[in-house]
Amino acid sequence: MSVKTLTIDGKDVAIEEGATILQAAKEAGVAIPTLCHLEGVSDVGACRLCLVEIAGTSKLLPACVTEVAEGMQVQTNTPKLQEYRRMTVELLFSEGNHFCSVCVANGNCELQDVAIQVGMDHTRFPYRFPNRGVDMSHPSFGIDHNRCILCTRCVRVCDEIEGAHVWDVAQRGAGCYIVSGLNQPWGTVDACTSCGKCVDACPTGAIFRKGETTGEKERDRAKLEFLVTAREKHQWIR
Amino acid sequence: MDTLTQATLTQPKIRFATVWLAGCSGCHMSFLDLDEWLIELAQHVDVVYSPVGCDLKEYPKNVDVCLVEGGVANEDNLELLLQVRQRTKILISFGDCAVTANIPAMRNLMGGADLVLKRGYLELADDTRKLPHAPGIVPELLDRVMPVHEVVPVDIFMPGCPPSADRIKATIEPLLTGHKPVMEGRSMIKFG
Repeated sequence: MSVKTLTIDGKDVAIEEGATILQAAKEAGVAIPTLCHLEGVSDVGACRLCLVEIAGTSKLLPACVTEVAEGMQVQTNTPKLQEYRRMTVELLFSEGNHFCSVCVANGNCELQDVAIQVGMDHTRFPYRFPNRGVDMSHPSFGIDHNRCILCTRCVRVCDEIEGAHVWDVAQRGAGCYIVSGLNQPWGTVDACTSCGKCVDACPTGAIFRKGETTGEKERDRAKLEFLVTAREKHQWIR
Repeated sequence: MDTLTQATLTQPKIRFATVWLAGCSGCHMSFLDLDEWLIELAQHVDVVYSPVGCDLKEYPKNVDVCLVEGGVANEDNLELLLQVRQRTKILISFGDCAVTANIPAMRNLMGGADLVLKRGYLELADDTRKLPHAPGIVPELLDRVMPVHEVVPVDIFMPGCPPSADRIKATIEPLLTGHKPVMEGRSMIKFG
């Protein structure tokens, strides 16, 4: 196994070939904001929050899906990146319908946390107010597409950990939405095992347990890591 | 002598106002939660217009600071807000409805004012189905509820549904000595 050496915000890091910049940053103790990244499942670079600057290229690259290279010089928190990150979060808020005060995830929401982290006190973009619908056909869970940021964590957790692949993404651009089964009501999808991993994976209040009201959503994120560790290392530890 | 006491002695009183647009008044209730600090505030400001602190019916000129609660949902809201902006130095978007349009804006998902009124007053009515019509008395709805900054420039954004009394105090207190508050971190800018 060959090792790559690079610098992240001026700190020297050595990490095995094939690792991502996000992994290297974690190793170096540099925190990069993320939303679509979830420990235990593959990375897709959907949210663009982890964009970093790399010396020698004018393109900003997502840390979660960019592999480290020898001699790379990475900057994670320049004024340019701070401005782009804040804009990204503002766009997420104006794209969907995020009414924090009446959301199940209020106070326990990664989108809300990230807004605080990037210093967003308002969005400079006009709100779209799309009418995206809610699916309450599943006996135990619901999905409110208005709160969805299309991070696709639910898609990946269901496919890669549960192995059921109930979820996927339909349409293009701003018309994108998460579909269950063959674009049918969630409650009618035979493949769904009602395991609830998508509820634990969802960063916002888009997928929730029925009966939860404002601010009541709780996640068992450790369950996902427990399952991955059990499967990959055959260690049943939590 | 602290800076606030000093300011009281050396500066003329700040002309302070609050207005209530399309919101539930919860932000104003939270303002009243400032409790005894309201008495201290009253030593530094003249309350020149406010649904909870003043009886004047017309928004006065030369206001220094105004807290604006609520989004812009109807013609009255719009008219008052334009007046507020024209006559106020520091306009503060006060609470989530002012900053994001929030709950009143959930009607935007349904489309324009006609569809919203039809839904509320005809389709969901048990009996006496009738669209409200009282020109000059009941203000016409705008087609879309907007956050304050989509209509006029805003100087300070104070999110929260409602913002806590602590957050309100931390926003107003620096203004009394001519400083701008730092709107950063969970205690100051968490939505909801």
